[in-house]
Amino acid sequence: MTVMFEIGLSHYLTVAAILFTLGVVGIFLNRKNVIIIMMSIELILLAVNLNLVAFSSVLHDLVGQVLAMFVLTVAAAEAAIGLAIIVVFFRSRGTIAVEDISQLKG
Amino acid sequence: MTVTLDILPVLPELFVALCGLILVLIGVFRSGDPTRPIATLSIMTMVTAMLLVWALGPDRQTGFGGLFVADRFAAFAKQLILLGSILSTALAIPFLEREKTTRFEYPVLVLFATLGMMVMVSANDFMSLYMGLELSSLPLYVLAAFHRDSPRAAEAGVKYFVLGALASGLLLYGISLLYGFSGTTSFLGLARSFEDLSGPPAVGIVVGLVFVVAGLAFKVSAAPFHMWTPDVYEGAPTPVTAFFSVAPKIAALCLLTRVMVEPFAAMTDQWRQVVVALAVISMLVGAFAALTQSNIKRLMAYSSIGHAGYILVGLAAGSVLGVQAILIYLTIYLFMNIAVFAVILSMRRMGRHVEGIADLAGLSKTNPAMAFVMAVLMFSMAGIPPLAGFWGKFYVFMAAIEAGLYPLAVVGLVTSVVAAYYYLRIVKVMYFDEPVESFDHPIGSAPVVAMSVGTMVVLGFTFLPAPLVTGAKAAAAALFPTG
Repeated sequence: MTVMFEIGLSHYLTVAAILFTLGVVGIFLNRKNVIIIMMSIELILLAVNLNLVAFSSVLHDLVGQVLAMFVLTVAAAEAAIGLAIIVVFFRSRGTIAVEDISQLKG
Repeated sequence: MTVTLDILPVLPELFVALCGLILVLIGVFRSGDPTRPIATLSIMTMVTAMLLVWALGPDRQTGFGGLFVADRFAAFAKQLILLGSILSTALAIPFLEREKTTRFEYPVLVLFATLGMMVMVSANDFMSLYMGLELSSLPLYVLAAFHRDSPRAAEAGVKYFVLGALASGLLLYGISLLYGFSGTTSFLGLARSFEDLSGPPAVGIVVGLVFVVAGLAFKVSAAPFHMWTPDVYEGAPTPVTAFFSVAPKIAALCLLTRVMVEPFAAMTDQWRQVVVALAVISMLVGAFAALTQSNIKRLMAYSSIGHAGYILVGLAAGSVLGVQAILIYLTIYLFMNIAVFAVILSMRRMGRHVEGIADLAGLSKTNPAMAFVMAVLMFSMAGIPPLAGFWGKFYVFMAAIEAGLYPLAVVGLVTSVVAAYYYLRIVKVMYFDEPVESFDHPIGSAPVVAMSVGTMVVLGFTFLPAPLVTGAKAAAAALFPTG
């Protein structure tokens, strides 16, 4: 039996767009925890990587995959620095709830 | 082409990178507090890098197989970035020593951030653009939270990190779309692919372009992507704020200029609408939101949002004149801002730093020299002739008028009148309010040098504009193939 339909570029782009939207919405609607924001950022970067790899495969061009490797590397460094900053915040305030990040305003 | 030739244009960056790595090692293995020697070495590194940038000459050269370009525009931007980093490092060390928060990582982080900015302004491909941007952003996140015992600094760090990472994500998503719909990430390739275009560009390209502009607008703190700026400027340690307000801002604006003018030259009509909107909103936010501020660092944050708006007016013109105006404005902005922050860093009473505008009351009686410097700088920021700040705005508005963007120039003029109110309020507080206790003496040599250099540039530009104007013109022409 043949498959019902072929999975093409547009499907990959749709999934990536959904992931990207989930990530952005997750950052702004989340009122609970900074760690969830970190996860949302990772989701955005994953969406980008999916885009890049899908395009790279369709275009038969390696640049997209090279860029995806760079993004992976930088995402790791970014997560490390983000977690370190969250630890610093937790030490000085004793909480990482998003609504408590509100000392500075005006 | 041989390998040596390909790597030569990257020489200043390679030098800074190597020195940065060596400084980390020295910092780790040296006993005692190595902050001061490392800061000195890091300043020497940046001075040498300035000389190397100058020694490379004005010709356009590409390195790393076309990923990296060294031209007049990049050289001009790099000199500004390095100058900003040098001055802010020199201002920072006495502050950190007084606050007893010296750690040798500070100058090293500034050095690596500067390296990232140098790569940014020399990017000739979205891949090197992204690497440079992240190399500058990651140290900046750490610097924002550098006073790790202070809850405000930690909060500034978290905010800057979250919004900065979101901006990188937006930028990357835009890059991925541009790559997918044009098949290349190189600026030259993109420019070529749009030249052959008949009819409107693909939807994917336009969406990608908007995402890229939004991501970069975060980095230049243009409204409506400015939410992080006031909080981070207020919460971060003052020398870090001084650094944030010059070097990364100059780098991001130069990068935005190159991205708009080089690869998207054929799509000027599409991106101009976005840039005009950003410029108008930034100028309005910068003028009106600052009116009610009482913290001077927060005021400077809104002021810098407003300045970003004026600079974007120059970009909206999209011409050689516009880019020239951007570079002139950025140079003047650099000197004004560093000098203002030298004053803010000297606002110390009984060993404690104060940040309120009210703390400046009666400064003309307690410290006339500092009050005079601050007054000159505030007049210049407000754009009152014949000070340098006026000429910065003059060139920008001239470029906008030449490009036929009359409404934009009108909005710019109106907002600069509104903004003049809060700049002049500081002068009024200093000269006409009852004096409060005087600030601590002496203020040290680094702030005095920064203040005098800044004031001299602000006062002297009217009499000797030629070097800057011709230099900026040559640098701007490098971005335009025919010019």
